[in-house]
Amino acid sequence: MRACIARVGGTNCDLEMKIVLEEYKIKAEIVHMKRLIKEGLRGYDILVFPGGFSYGDYVRAGAIWGKEILAKMRREIEEFIESNKLIIGICNGFQVLVEAGVLPDDGISEVPKAVLATNISAKYECRWIYLRVEDNGEVLRVPIGHGEGRFMPSSNEILMDLIKNRCIIFRYAKPSGELANGEYPYNPNGSIYDIAGICNKKRNIFGMMPHPERAFFGWQMPDNRGKKYGDGKKIFDMILGGIIESHSMEKN
Amino acid sequence: MIVRIEVRLKKGYFDPEGEVTARALKDLTFPVNNVKVSKLYTIDLRVEKKEEAIKIAEEMCKKLLANPTKDEYSIEVLLNGEINEKI
Repeated sequence: MRACIARVGGTNCDLEMKIVLEEYKIKAEIVHMKRLIKEGLRGYDILVFPGGFSYGDYVRAGAIWGKEILAKMRREIEEFIESNKLIIGICNGFQVLVEAGVLPDDGISEVPKAVLATNISAKYECRWIYLRVEDNGEVLRVPIGHGEGRFMPSSNEILMDLIKNRCIIFRYAKPSGELANGEYPYNPNGSIYDIAGICNKKRNIFGMMPHPERAFFGWQMPDNRGKKYGDGKKIFDMILGGIIESHSMEKN
Repeated sequence: MIVRIEVRLKKGYFDPEGEVTARALKDLTFPVNNVKVSKLYTIDLRVEKKEEAIKIAEEMCKKLLANPTKDEYSIEVLLNGEINEKI
């Protein structure tokens, strides 16, 4: 299985992503956007937009890269999604997917259906937070590092659709697992409905503000450092589980 | 033709940048009620007609400069460096 980790000027979490994917025996390549536009996505099963400050976060975080994708790779991305391949956007990558109109889903749209606005605290929030996994109620500890992470859908209907279709996968929580309910510092940015991560209905596009790749190994965690893996691995197990399973079934 | 596009938060949207700027200005003893932060883009367009310039500027806002979830915008056309039309 092959993964493409896309990068542009300002991307800075590409290497961590490569190391994580390689733990799953996935052949991961870091590919600059210029090369990606020229050579396309053929041969890749996973496309990752990693964290960073693409194009200096000018205009809005993720906006310029998002629009570049729309302008130069729209059909290719649509085909990638239609063929059930996997797209992951982490932090700046999530901002890119939202600005490109890829998430929340319902087909790629030129007009974004949500925004990741400036944190209510007006701070660059860089610390460990707690997430509740909506599928199983598990509470995970992962780091965040963003100034623009306040998820706001453009309409109430979009929020209702996300809830109804179980597309909200991670929500900010207190250490007890109780939802943050907008309360700072548990909800670090003021995201509506404590949204930290979402996916599409088909569950092959994932976007989240927290950085599971920075909590993948035990030694990256603030506590329990003796364990081989940290909480971030559980997030990748969940995201990569489907594609790894379908690939091993194809092989057999 | 030069257009000037101002992108700002829609009314009612919380403006964290404005809030902290207001706080800092008040700390410096300025008589500030509140501050709203916006972005100003001055763009030199390769078009001659004012109407065309406005149309292009609107497209620019829709496609890149503003996110309609939170932003609103206004466009000014500058002729000889002076504001000619404001929408």
